[in-house]
Amino acid sequence: MPVYGFTLNGTDVTVDAPEDLPLLWALRDKLGVTGPKYGCGIDVCKACTSLLDGEAVRPCSVKVSTAEGREVTTIEGLADGDTLHPVQEAWLEQDVPQCGYCQPGQIMAAVDLLKRTSSPTDEDIRAIENVCRCGTYFRIRQAIESAAQKMG
Amino acid sequence: MGRRRFLTYLLGVPALAVATHITYDSLAGEPAAAALPSPPSVEEMFDIGEALVVASAPTMPLVTLEIGEDGVARMELPRIEMGQGITTSVAMLIAEELDLPLERVVVTCADARPELLLNQMTAGSSTLRAFYDPVRVLAATARARMLAAAAAQWGLPVSVLTTSGGTVTADDGRSAGFGALSAAAADPGLDVGEVVPKPEADHRLIGTPVPRVDGRDIVTGAKKFTMDLDVPGALPTMVRRAPTWNGEFVSLANRADIEAMPGVVAVTTISSGVAVAAETFEQARAAVCEVDASFTPGPVPHEDNESIMEKLRATSLPFLAPPIGAVTVESTYEWPAAAHAFLETECAVADVRPDGAEIWSGFQAPIVAQQKIAVELGLPQESVTAHVVPCGGGFGRRVFFDTALEAALISQQVGHPIKLMWHRADDMRHGRCRPASVQRFRATIVAGEVATLEQRVTGVSTDFRHGLGEIFSATATSLPEGAQQALVNDAFGQAVFLTFVSSPYHFGVYDKKLLELPLGIPTSSYRSVPNQPARGSEEMFVDEVAERLGVDPVEFRHSTLRSERTRAVLDAVVEAGDWGRRMPEGCAQGIGVHVESRSHTAALIELDCRDPRNPQVTRAVMAVDVGRVINPLGLEAQMQGGLAEAISLTLKAGLHVVDGLPLEGSYSQYHFARQKDFPDDLEIIIMPPAGDPMGGAGEVGMAAPTGAIANAYTRATGIRPHTFPINHPVDFDPVPPGLLPPPAFPEG
Ligand code: FES
Ligand code: FES
Repeated sequence: MPVYGFTLNGTDVTVDAPEDLPLLWALRDKLGVTGPKYGCGIDVCKACTSLLDGEAVRPCSVKVSTAEGREVTTIEGLADGDTLHPVQEAWLEQDVPQCGYCQPGQIMAAVDLLKRTSSPTDEDIRAIENVCRCGTYFRIRQAIESAAQKMG
Repeated sequence: MGRRRFLTYLLGVPALAVATHITYDSLAGEPAAAALPSPPSVEEMFDIGEALVVASAPTMPLVTLEIGEDGVARMELPRIEMGQGITTSVAMLIAEELDLPLERVVVTCADARPELLLNQMTAGSSTLRAFYDPVRVLAATARARMLAAAAAQWGLPVSVLTTSGGTVTADDGRSAGFGALSAAAADPGLDVGEVVPKPEADHRLIGTPVPRVDGRDIVTGAKKFTMDLDVPGALPTMVRRAPTWNGEFVSLANRADIEAMPGVVAVTTISSGVAVAAETFEQARAAVCEVDASFTPGPVPHEDNESIMEKLRATSLPFLAPPIGAVTVESTYEWPAAAHAFLETECAVADVRPDGAEIWSGFQAPIVAQQKIAVELGLPQESVTAHVVPCGGGFGRRVFFDTALEAALISQQVGHPIKLMWHRADDMRHGRCRPASVQRFRATIVAGEVATLEQRVTGVSTDFRHGLGEIFSATATSLPEGAQQALVNDAFGQAVFLTFVSSPYHFGVYDKKLLELPLGIPTSSYRSVPNQPARGSEEMFVDEVAERLGVDPVEFRHSTLRSERTRAVLDAVVEAGDWGRRMPEGCAQGIGVHVESRSHTAALIELDCRDPRNPQVTRAVMAVDVGRVINPLGLEAQMQGGLAEAISLTLKAGLHVVDGLPLEGSYSQYHFARQKDFPDDLEIIIMPPAGDPMGGAGEVGMAAPTGAIANAYTRATGIRPHTFPINHPVDFDPVPPGLLPPPAFPEG
């Protein structure tokens, strides 16, 4: 099996895997990184959302070979040690989570949005497709707006 | 699950169970100005939550609280955290009574404890109703023991000691932390007499907004769900399932080919299909798709939505003959099967060895699961450990444990620990669904007032074989006479129906009947069980009756509601939502109220139907009165969740069954609400407590907005919807039955 190397949350890792193994399973089944969640496997629910070279991707639908030599950031790598990312802070402040299962993906999608624009519009927020089955959408919106203000 | 680093001491086990009172609030209802009074319903005499509270009481003394030398209080709660926030609320109760900072209270989900008998099922919005008193007594006792231990050590009377922040302080300035006192406080010789929890007026934490105790773990990705557990050697496993509901495995034609596929470690067969254990889930998925297996057709290989509805319509019980001269209003509302669609698909980890087994899963009813799994494995019950793992949503389906049982059997057969996960496609298609139902209503109007209201619910049977039956039998003796007769005489589904559903109005004589058709479809209760379709539809019917009477829907409700509390939530949303305000053409307001589990809710919805294929809830105002609020933040979250359910089920989320299997296999096909579907203008009003007993919260937020959304739709479009969801096209290419879709890699 080929070996792929990439930077995962700031640390260089290698993984022995078929070329077309989705990155999600390289992370979860081979590297034991379980923050990105499985919810559909086909880039629909967005629960696995993580960053590849700083941009949001859905690792369930990215081949591990695509990550070769690049930087992968999962929810575990978002905080700086004990200092949370402002989006995580906003999430706590608004008490967003219910079951919590979708939230790593929601947070990573919000981080990506706030990288693209420091003042997201209503339309930007409405365009976030991440499913939250518990219905935390209102607080997600509030948290994004609050994080935008803090980061702006 | 790791080993505790600190010695802990068992504290605060009250000798007696805290008396559990059944409250009959507003049994007669208040007199209504302009309506024919209705007698109390079964639900008002004894609701499902009370059944669960009564069933839990006898073994409450077995629930314990420990305090470690680290000064941390720990409780293993015999319930599951599914997102409803119970670990936070229970931690608040403990922190309040113990005078301990919330950060030093840890509440986890207890493993299956068969000695708890009926006291380990998470259902019926009953957790806090069952635990509010016992947990406070438990924690108050622990605090009393801390005081007594310090008093003995210092030779002082308890009266000169106080507690705060996890420390006992004497008036002479001496102080000791709970951790240092925990060993002495656990001394059985210590006598603390009878302990009474703090008066509610002294509460400083209970009733205040408290964020989730597991919030930090969630936002950092540290929270562990079942598939995140590190069970050494557990192999990712998937199952090839039948092309039809409940089809059973018959034969496998290409076992050797499957075994030879990349990453495949083991292949075995169980009644629900062919299990493939592999190095990664993707390899298991790919192998499952190559399986060439045959299955029995299952009980319903030819059914589809229309044929199921036809059967339900055909068997619906007749209405009574209306009084001569009465005007009648009749209406029917039809709801197809719905998927629970929790974001964490069905999953379980199993490690079965010849002499014992460990199973991890999101169990709502772990004791029954443990018993049945032990029987199937041929092991004594006590050698099977069922770990309850907080789950990514339950919504009623995780009262069943089909997946844990599958995982246990697979692990036993392959002789290896495995982690079984259902693909989303299977979770939506083969996961137990909320059964389809037909809701028929007839009201007779005599002299301008509703004299009778009949409701005939015909539904595909809801499977309740998970321990709720035992709870009803065991609590039957505490039922008031009328309720006992009604329940004992009726089938079990009817018992659940009658203890869950009641109408908040004075509509003269009520006659509600449920008839269930056992078709063999895999079903389970769904959040609020019969209420969302049954009461949501009734709220639509109330608008139809009001229209016939030529009365404003709010006025009509106002004059016919039985309880002042329901009137108060209605008034609250009418006022905050500015009922009757002018709306643009194609947009309208709608109203709904609901009473369930002793809680009262109302919803005012504004709906924009200018694109009739995609109506948008643009604004929602909800009010809720749960009697006693533990955590307003958590309660508000539950209302938001109820609204998301109502938007989805009423407007766009339902299953299309074709040839005995739902077509929907993902969220791109089953249209559960997303961010764009949820209003950004939302107000949730929590009514101030007025001394009423505590009601439920987890399930009560669905029915009022369901009615309000449909009523707004009618007022905006002039069309009264009778089939739900209102927009339900097959707007996708279904995945072929049995197959699991491959990853959506970008082209090229
Ligand atoms: S699991 Fe990756 S988008 Fe759903
Ligand atoms: S918090 Fe449960 S799915 Fe979003």
